[in-house]
Amino acid sequence: MVLFEAVLSGILVGGMYGLIALGLNLQYGIARMMNLAYGEALMGGAFTAFWFFTLWRIDPLASMLFSVPVAFVGNWLIYRYLLTPLVRRAANQDVLEADTILVTFGLLFVFQGVALVQWGGEYRGYTYLAVPLNVLGATVALNRVLAFAAAVALALALYWLLRSTRLGGAMRAIAIDPVAAQLVAIDVPRLSALAFATGGAIMAVAGTLVSMFLSFNASIGIVYTLKALIVVIMGGVGRMLGCLMAGLLLGVAEALGAYLVDPGLTLAINFALFLLVLLVRPQGLFSRG
Amino acid sequence: MVENTWFRCSIAAAAVAFLAAVPLMVSAYTVSLLVSMLAYISLATAWAFFSGRTRYISLATAAFVGIGTYTVALLSDHLPLPMVLVIAPVVGFVVALGVGLATLRLSGVYFVIFTFGLAELIKQVVIWFEINQTKTLARYIFVNASGALIYELLLATAVVVLAGVWWLSRTPLGYALRVIGEDEMVARHAGIDTTRVKVLIFAATSAVMSLVGAILSLRYTYVDPNIGFNSLVSFQVLIMALLGGIGRLWGPAMGAIPLVLLFELLSGTFPHYFSIAVGLCFVVIVYYLPGGVMGLMDRWRARLRA
Repeated sequence: MVLFEAVLSGILVGGMYGLIALGLNLQYGIARMMNLAYGEALMGGAFTAFWFFTLWRIDPLASMLFSVPVAFVGNWLIYRYLLTPLVRRAANQDVLEADTILVTFGLLFVFQGVALVQWGGEYRGYTYLAVPLNVLGATVALNRVLAFAAAVALALALYWLLRSTRLGGAMRAIAIDPVAAQLVAIDVPRLSALAFATGGAIMAVAGTLVSMFLSFNASIGIVYTLKALIVVIMGGVGRMLGCLMAGLLLGVAEALGAYLVDPGLTLAINFALFLLVLLVRPQGLFSRG
Repeated sequence: MVENTWFRCSIAAAAVAFLAAVPLMVSAYTVSLLVSMLAYISLATAWAFFSGRTRYISLATAAFVGIGTYTVALLSDHLPLPMVLVIAPVVGFVVALGVGLATLRLSGVYFVIFTFGLAELIKQVVIWFEINQTKTLARYIFVNASGALIYELLLATAVVVLAGVWWLSRTPLGYALRVIGEDEMVARHAGIDTTRVKVLIFAATSAVMSLVGAILSLRYTYVDPNIGFNSLVSFQVLIMALLGGIGRLWGPAMGAIPLVLLFELLSGTFPHYFSIAVGLCFVVIVYYLPGGVMGLMDRWRARLRA
């Protein structure tokens, strides 16, 4: 029974991992930018929810009306004014990749540093919907279930958007070949910026959801960036459903590892999975070919 | 040409002799500042020799420095110091060999991410091991090493590293590394076993990092996993090398000296703004100093000649 509870809590967290991996897939798969400051939007969303709730008693879900547009515009500005100039300058793809990694590392430190100066380094959290809920005999908190449901609903909506709309089709075309996409009259720079900004906005949503049931601090962003990257690599770059599945898999693996081996080794489990995938199936677990 | 080389070598020898005598002339605080500088010169030079040339950005510096620190913490009670200082780089070399064989066949981004997590991963494993197996979290280092001894050891390391890079750049291995950095496909077609070259140089430069970590640990009396595996070290070394210019022998050293001073000043006066300053350094260097200080000097020299 305890084992079932561990698996269940892993699935609930895994939905969140799937969602953040989808956002990173928009940034890395479509806009083709490796953004290592990706997790900072999650940190920002979490702190917004925390302050709105503790200072003004505003519902965390309502705080997204503020944090999500801010994250969207912020990421759009970063893409447009910090990263696009690097594309124009770069001699080849390797140079561009190295430059974007370095610049986004810089952004990561700046955001994290500002948060540290403003809010200090201690872990924060608040109590919201901490109502026990019976799921098939196991007890879980309502906030976890709500976060899981919201994450999966958003992820599926995004999947439908990319799969079945004209806009989504154009974005998938860019993911496959940005040069050829231009030949069929797709506005690649504009849609790439849109995908990048949407990825950041998703992270703000994830931050709000995470803050409901996990504690967080100013330097938490990079942890989620790392998890998102691992899930994207497991699921396959550009593969949306694959990322959702891989997110669930990572969540369950972490929960089982924490239960069976030691809770202090979750990162070790993350990296073991990562390395295993890289060695056995570098193209991702859920991609064809 | 030959005379020129002899001339340069004797100047270098005189400079090293002078630097070796410095601890006799300055205060203990200055020596400790110089110790940091020498350590970072070695780290940045070693980092740039692999990552600068191959464009595989490694963030594992902290992991290898930590391996050196922990080798001393574990062994210094049981073995004489010189032996411990030999074992530390060997451990670093072996770990790097494993990491390199597993990850260096892959593309750049994966390598960055993996090395980035490596320090954190080793830290978690050490914490887990200490808590569950040895029931301690911190260790004491009882080695009687004066600041001057640490300084001389690091000076010797820096000289060996710089001379090693200078010499290796002139061997077939050094050229192979440069070709890999220019175009890995071309290198493979030219008959270079690219994986072997990359893994070998990665392991050798990582061994240097472990040695530096081992020598630096003699400064501490107390070490825990958070001190030993401080991932900020990886980033500091990375920007030092970038600031100086990664393709040149003296580049990383030129970046290490001013940044050690800046970081010392910052951590003393505005510790809370440290991370913001590090971040801004990254952004400024990438946008305004793409070739580092050495690249800037080359451009100025070209302009003066024109």
